[in-house]
Amino acid sequence: MNIDQLTIVKAKEGLKKKEFSSLELVEGYFKNIKKKNSQLNAFITLCEKEALLEAKKADKLISEGVKKSLLGIPMAFKDNFLTRGIKTTAASKVLQNYIPVYDATVVDKLKKAGVIILGKTNMDAWAHGSSGEASDFGLTRNPYDRNKVPGGSSSGSATAVASRMALAATGTDTGGSIRQPASFCNVVGLKPTYGRVSRYGIIAMASSLDAIGHLTKTVADSALLLGITAGQDKFDATTSPSPVGDYLKNIKKSVKNIKIGVPKEYFREGLEQNVKSKIKAALKEFEKLGVKVEEVSLPHTEYALAVYYIIQPAEVSSNLARYDGIRYGLGRKMFAGEAKRRIMLGTFTLSSGYWEAYYLKAMKARTLIKEDFDKVFKKVDALITPVSPTLPFKIGEKTADPLKMYLSDIYTVTANLAGIPGISIPAGFVNNLPVGMQILGPHFSEDLLFRLAYHYEQKTEFYKKKPV
Amino acid sequence: MTFKTFIGLEIHIELKTKAKMFCRCAADYFGHEPNTHVCPVCLGLPGALPVPNKKAIELTIMVGQALNCQINSFSKFDRKNYFYPDLPKGYQISQYDLPFCKNGEFLNVKITRTHLEEDTAKLTHLRLDGKEVSLIDFNRSGVPLLEIVTEPDIKSSKQAKGFLKKLAQTVRYLNVSDCNMEKGSMRLEVNISLGKDRLPDYKVELKNLNSFRFAEKAIDYEIKRQRETLEKGEKPIQETRGWDEKRQRTFSQRTKEEAQDYRYFPEPDIPPIRLNEKEVTEIKNSLPELPEEKKQRFIKVYRLSEYNASLLTENIKTANFFEGSASLAQKEGIETSKIANILNNRKINISKISTGKFVKDILDEKNKVQIKDQDLDKIIKKVLENNQEVVKEIKKGKEIAIEFLVGQVMKETKGQVDPNHARSILREKIKSA
Amino acid sequence: MKSSKLTEKNIKHLSKLAGLKLTKAELSKFPKQLSEILTYVESLNKLDTKKIEPTAQVTGLENITREDKSGKSLTADEVLSNAKKKDKNFFVTKAILEK
Repeated sequence: MNIDQLTIVKAKEGLKKKEFSSLELVEGYFKNIKKKNSQLNAFITLCEKEALLEAKKADKLISEGVKKSLLGIPMAFKDNFLTRGIKTTAASKVLQNYIPVYDATVVDKLKKAGVIILGKTNMDAWAHGSSGEASDFGLTRNPYDRNKVPGGSSSGSATAVASRMALAATGTDTGGSIRQPASFCNVVGLKPTYGRVSRYGIIAMASSLDAIGHLTKTVADSALLLGITAGQDKFDATTSPSPVGDYLKNIKKSVKNIKIGVPKEYFREGLEQNVKSKIKAALKEFEKLGVKVEEVSLPHTEYALAVYYIIQPAEVSSNLARYDGIRYGLGRKMFAGEAKRRIMLGTFTLSSGYWEAYYLKAMKARTLIKEDFDKVFKKVDALITPVSPTLPFKIGEKTADPLKMYLSDIYTVTANLAGIPGISIPAGFVNNLPVGMQILGPHFSEDLLFRLAYHYEQKTEFYKKKPV
Repeated sequence: MTFKTFIGLEIHIELKTKAKMFCRCAADYFGHEPNTHVCPVCLGLPGALPVPNKKAIELTIMVGQALNCQINSFSKFDRKNYFYPDLPKGYQISQYDLPFCKNGEFLNVKITRTHLEEDTAKLTHLRLDGKEVSLIDFNRSGVPLLEIVTEPDIKSSKQAKGFLKKLAQTVRYLNVSDCNMEKGSMRLEVNISLGKDRLPDYKVELKNLNSFRFAEKAIDYEIKRQRETLEKGEKPIQETRGWDEKRQRTFSQRTKEEAQDYRYFPEPDIPPIRLNEKEVTEIKNSLPELPEEKKQRFIKVYRLSEYNASLLTENIKTANFFEGSASLAQKEGIETSKIANILNNRKINISKISTGKFVKDILDEKNKVQIKDQDLDKIIKKVLENNQEVVKEIKKGKEIAIEFLVGQVMKETKGQVDPNHARSILREKIKSA
Repeated sequence: MKSSKLTEKNIKHLSKLAGLKLTKAELSKFPKQLSEILTYVESLNKLDTKKIEPTAQVTGLENITREDKSGKSLTADEVLSNAKKKDKNFFVTKAILEK
């Protein structure tokens, strides 16, 4: 068993063929964790004892012929997913001792499918961040270059998967928090359609923007996981009743003649030349696969970040109001700077006298941004764009200026504003630093995204290059 | 100087649903062990999300229709943001600009709006270990709450009290709530101000009024207090006042100068509600007959007096019992007005007797009295014979002594005679003797 | 949209509304940082949105409700398990003035 080369699909096969046991898997991952986590700081909480126990139970069930889709598969969970009985902190001191009394719906679904929880991954506190440096429990490092950021806010999840400390990890994406760290760490990051996966039991950041997804080594793994986490939930009124298909079924179907749009607004100044050339090269690969590439326009793109940084902090300021320290947590004086900044900003844009000029204006502009996508998807089937305007940047490079950090999100916030799905996949390396690209599609077009991503991935095999 | 009184009411009514507004916890919290009807949603735990109770929405629309409101075909919930220990999320899910019901009218008072929101937790203040603390019980948190706001059309305490009583009766009729001020299922705030001709630019809010009676007294006191202030040439302070029952006066609780900034915005966790005409009509058709309608019908159809009809329609159970009895009575040739009288004057426990038995008893009584008339004569003669001293006293002018004879007749007939009837026969016989 | 200058004075008022206590460092840093962010988002001024409907939700869903049936609640122990201060089965907090 070579842990470094495992994927969920391969692990399932291996367990089925009795090539190894779930216990060996879990032991293997904890070996890697012990080797690497102290330098990378991908985990806040590790559940070794419980995981080994669960692995033994899983092995017994496997030997009895019990069939569950992820029986014995070890995963990590971003620390804003509530896990019953396991400390959940959102990487904030406010919740440093918080032990939830219930599981998030997604956690419950994955547990029922047989998943084993390795631990809770590090993140930017409250998911407020684009680098992994804003955790109250120490920053996370990029496994490909420890002086660089892994991206955020699902920093620990991306790092854990990339450095083979977990087979897969859950994440949340409100403005790019799955896609960007995925692109910085050479892994696959899925942001599903808003409402495709239940938000119940996941610490809310911005309620109308939060999407619940995951980070995996490969596209097939990502498709497999979505098949389990997706679906309407009676505890989340914003989940869609639209049926969940088999996301693996058509993944290998030819992508010939699929129309891909390349929005010109995503390739203007601000995009590093190195990144740009990788995306252009990727587009050439897609053309070789028979895809039709054409230039399109999303005219309101330049306003997206402004809309995002009005709506998101407003919803944040309301969602964080419950942390008064009475029923749980250590109270509001434990909020660190970034959380405070966003709460202040959000309170301001909702306040009397300013609401119309800021919040209402942003809601209207959001309509225009969404309409841009509706119109463009009448012409093309999917879009390809960069994920980050830069390569993974140096630790400390953007922490002095909040606005500078916010600008990292320019290509990713649009999908959250429109609610559309996006997948970030490895697109190559520059100076050994990973570069990712994202494929965006209309609402509920995840199987198309998986199909396109799969073909590109199989052709280029960037996922095979592990960090040194 | 004469001043016009402007009174507006803000009434909160707890809905009688099985489950809470946004979660599956039992809504009935009164008298239960603290914090036993609580879940992640109504406790405001991290990650919890609200899902609205369909029945609560239907009941809200029913009340709105009973108050002759327009029903908004498109409606939504909004967040009302403020900090308080009884508010677990730091915001209350309520309705702001698109409430379910608006622009109604009830008893000549305009209803501004009727909307749906969630109740807060219960705070108890006490001294613990030498410190002033609040104990919090979240059983009440999340119970569906109806808010009814009236225009300042009410002009007197009497009118306010009448309005409130009728409103509570109507809501109980709809089986929407118990409207019990003591149990807290109905709460009241009064806005009151005085002006020369039109609504002035200040208002005083009266809170913590625990009964209609206290509200009436507080309003009267306020009218007097505000008039005195205005007559001095001053303007009453815009503030919140409570009622002090001991000292029989209102007292200042807080100045309302800086209005709270609730930063309302549409609730992102709950999709909006769109009602079509069919649904709204269905709900309207499911409205039971309301007290006033029923009273008028009783007067007309059963030929009752206003007084009797009013008493009978006070609550729906009594009204239904009457109707059930009346239709049976009519078959037996008993007058419906007699049924009404008996129900209103004798303390009949309608929950312990069926309408059938009730009517049968009346029928028996009627028959017994008729049969006894022939024998009554014999019995009265006997009583008079056996009590000649008493008869002498009566003849001498001691009228009251006749009651003793009535008592004797009642004893001999085992109560099977109307005492008034017995008395008049006794008088006749004594007179003619 | 007004161009807003956030000063130390109105930051203090805003922090009260936000339920936050700012440190001295934050009180001096925030006015500039928040003003810069506000200036950036004020770029929306360039957009003509007079005839545009606001988007509050992207799902397009409506009428998602649940039946009026009561279900299981947490136990009192679970409810109070993370409380800083409790007394019998109540949460305890220091008394506050009327709201």
